[in-house]
Amino acid sequence: MSIMQDSREATMIGRRTDGTTIRRPLSPHLQVYDMMQLTSALSISGRITGIIWSVGLLVLVWWLVATASGPSAHGTVSWFLSSWLGVLGLVGLTAAAWFHTLNGIRHLAWDAGYGYDIKTTYKSGQAVLIGTAAATVLTWLIAIIAWAS
Amino acid sequence: MATETARNTTLRSPLGRVRGFGSAKGGTHHWWMQRVTSAALLPLTIWFALSAASLAGASYEETRAWIAHPFNAVLLLASIGLSFHHTAAGMQVIVEDYANEEWAKVAGIYAARAICWLLAIASALAVLRIAVQG
Repeated sequence: MSIMQDSREATMIGRRTDGTTIRRPLSPHLQVYDMMQLTSALSISGRITGIIWSVGLLVLVWWLVATASGPSAHGTVSWFLSSWLGVLGLVGLTAAAWFHTLNGIRHLAWDAGYGYDIKTTYKSGQAVLIGTAAATVLTWLIAIIAWAS
Repeated sequence: MATETARNTTLRSPLGRVRGFGSAKGGTHHWWMQRVTSAALLPLTIWFALSAASLAGASYEETRAWIAHPFNAVLLLASIGLSFHHTAAGMQVIVEDYANEEWAKVAGIYAARAICWLLAIASALAVLRIAVQG
């Protein structure tokens, strides 16, 4: 047998009744699940929005460092963040951040032992989606009012 | 009787067993700190999101004055520290889940941690510079 490339292969080797080794298939993986269910979709979204927020932190670092270094660097950040690409990115980031935050509260409730039954799981999932939309709109409403005044 | 002997001849001290530290040198600390930082970041995130939104269209001087205010500077520093701790912890879990090779796993975890440390220090320095200069 060739050198293993993947440590999981160690669990895929079985023996026939005559003692010879045979390579068994991996147990059913992602493809057997319906990933369009609210539960699975929100689960992976929690991780994806975490990654998006990490990228968003880079914008925060850029904004802070530029503001500390002087007016011209700050002007560049302001120009980018108020461009259509910047605003689009910030809207996406706001939504991702609110989702990660609200879904995080859901996870904290699970960690404390609450909300495990299917009905509550779906309800809290829907609440997270509605909450994300409401908080994103509210945040941008404040931004637009602040920008206009 | 045989099992009794086997149980008593373990080389592990009772104190070691109680502490529960195996070769991993830690048990729930990483998981618990993720929860603690998330709970701490919850009010900070709401404060920052609303503050950042109300800074839309603010001038260079207005932005600096907001950051330089002691209340905002303290909360910003706290947010920076907690955010990068939480990000490094999250990145570690993602690397652990998807990297199969041990070297890639170790390298990925420490690379993420190093980047988070450097970015956190850079942002904290920026806040402090603005706060001190006024």
